[in-house]
Amino acid sequence: MGILEVKDVSKRFGGLKALTDVNLSVAENTVHAIIGPNGAGKSTLLNCFVGKLIPDTGSVMFDGESVLGRAPYEINQMGISRVFQTPEIFGDLTVLENMMIPCFAKRDGSFELNALPNMMGQKDIVERAEEVLEDMNMADKRHDHSASMSRGDKRRLEIGMCLSQEPRLLLLDEPTAGMARADTNNTIDLLKEIRDRRNITIAIIEHDMHVVFSLAERITVLAQGTPLVEDTPDNIKGHPKVREAYLGESA
Amino acid sequence: MFGLDKKDTTLLLVVAALTMLAPFLLNPFPTESGMAQFNAGYPDLMQKFVIFGIFAIGFNILFGLTGYLSFGHAAFLGVGSYAAVWIFKLFTYNVFPAILLSVIVAALFSLLIGFVSLRRSGIYFSILTLAFPQMSFALAYSVLSNPKFNLTNGETGLQVYADDPQRFHREGLPDLPHLFGLSMRSTHTMEIGAWSFDFNVGYYLCAIVMLVTFYLSVRIFRSPFGMMLRAVKSNQQRMNYTGLNTRPYTLAAFVISGMYAGLAGGLLAAMDPLAGAERMQWTASGEVVLMTILGGAGTLIGPILGAGFIKYFENIFSKINDNVLHQWFSFMPDGIEDFMVFIVHPFVGKGWHLTLGILFMLVVIFLPGGLVDGGQRIGRWLRSRGQKEDKTTGTTEPAE
Ligand SMILES: Nc1ncnc2c1ncn2[C@@H]1O[C@H](COP(=O)(O)OP(=O)(O)OP(=O)(O)O)[C@@H](O)[C@H]1O
Ligand SMILES: [Mg+2]
Repeated sequence: MGILEVKDVSKRFGGLKALTDVNLSVAENTVHAIIGPNGAGKSTLLNCFVGKLIPDTGSVMFDGESVLGRAPYEINQMGISRVFQTPEIFGDLTVLENMMIPCFAKRDGSFELNALPNMMGQKDIVERAEEVLEDMNMADKRHDHSASMSRGDKRRLEIGMCLSQEPRLLLLDEPTAGMARADTNNTIDLLKEIRDRRNITIAIIEHDMHVVFSLAERITVLAQGTPLVEDTPDNIKGHPKVREAYLGESA
Repeated sequence: MFGLDKKDTTLLLVVAALTMLAPFLLNPFPTESGMAQFNAGYPDLMQKFVIFGIFAIGFNILFGLTGYLSFGHAAFLGVGSYAAVWIFKLFTYNVFPAILLSVIVAALFSLLIGFVSLRRSGIYFSILTLAFPQMSFALAYSVLSNPKFNLTNGETGLQVYADDPQRFHREGLPDLPHLFGLSMRSTHTMEIGAWSFDFNVGYYLCAIVMLVTFYLSVRIFRSPFGMMLRAVKSNQQRMNYTGLNTRPYTLAAFVISGMYAGLAGGLLAAMDPLAGAERMQWTASGEVVLMTILGGAGTLIGPILGAGFIKYFENIFSKINDNVLHQWFSFMPDGIEDFMVFIVHPFVGKGWHLTLGILFMLVVIFLPGGLVDGGQRIGRWLRSRGQKEDKTTGTTEPAE
């Protein structure tokens, strides 16, 4: 049994079959990549994991529990964190404050009326946030206004925010899209480090094959809403069907 | 001090000093001088300054932090006033239980309205909240005022009559709102030379309550809860996917600001024991929106400044009539004098709304952060000038 079990998931948007009978199993503590051409339904599938969409049929089980019908915040509290295709951070807040919020969510749950103590007086939270910033090599930026950072830094911050919660499953939707080569390589290094150091399962959607083959242990190829094959990176590289459906186009 | 950092403590002490010394500060002109009409240091107006300050401080907790723009907060102020007057009618003129009930009733009322309105965000939320004060106004004005069940006394407004039960009213207590015997109306007037200053019990009660509520709002702004509210404004999607439920956060902010409004309503009734439906009209809600934006939404002291500004305009500018204008311009030749009066006339007296409107537009366009923003810009400008002259200090101060 994988930590994430997807069974017969289908999703329609009007007449468009975005997902058809998707079956997927993500094994614990692995990096699982989901690749496929534009419009294959990758983001739609991810949205079904985090409560943004509810599939028409099928089931999504995380660690033996169904996530369907739960609100996004409940699913996050179960241990799933998501990094978005375009960085989603708290642009009006400083980098340190950005990092403190997920720490509060981890410590206090989905709501806590903590209205009188000073937030900087919450030593455990500040320490934890600083520690993650240190890990992300962002400690020197802690008092910066987060909206004014580069896209690469925002992405780094968002990944850090997700990691600070010590999720069991981290979902990444094209984490290097629109990044410069150097930033992409930094992100690869960062993700490798996370993979090797922590007990964490990562599911990653990515178009950049360099990123996929540097990180993934399993790869699922999605085309027109259905998984085509699922295999190890080496086998995927040589797979004729995959070349035809996906790599053939980009080569 | 008081669990605040140095900067916030200074701010609190400044506000405390200003409110405590207000009777002096607001009466800078000798009583007999031509400028005396610009004196704002009479009890009635000073009370309004701080009461509407409380209203705006509370509104700012919702609007300034979460960005949810409510047009319904006058309704909470209104129910606060009604609740207080009912205590006066049924039980006692003591303002303590009256104000307490105002806050409780406003809390319940805002819990209900917040629960419904917060199902939507942005413009839809604002429109939902716009409906409530109008409904409350209609209820108070007619529906809840019929011979069988007269809760609001309709058009006349709710007030205390001689045949009201006032169960705990005793001989020897003031026949007006009082705090354990201390009448809200009692005023000590101090004459110093040509000047006169009024020290009014009601004002000082309101001022102390405002200081306490201001202090609480500073604590809220600096707390984890306050940061969550700013996060709601910044990115709700990120909050949801970070495991935080935004609904109870916004609802809590809504109820807290509703309680501030109820407190203001209770104090208004405590200063003048009557409550009318017009207090609930949406234009009254619009006023607190203006106060907050004019002063600086999301800043600590902005709402107080905004409230003071608008109440000053409403009460002082509105009293300037043509006679006064003629007096001012009397040094000019007759033709020009008449012309000047003609030009200025639309902007004063009944036209004070016009001046306020222009001022409001100027602030929103040129000072998006309100009066506080203006103050900070002047501060920065002065500092940068100071630095240019003093080139040996190469360090720049961190931005605030
Ligand atoms: N909310 C929606 N309403 C209608 N159609 C949608 C919606 N979301 C996605 N689709 C459609 O479903 C299909 C799959 O979209 P999806 O975003 O999952 O693709 P993707 O594999 O992530 O593509 P990309 O690589 O471009 O991000 C597309 O044809 C898309 O237009
Ligand atoms: Mg996508």
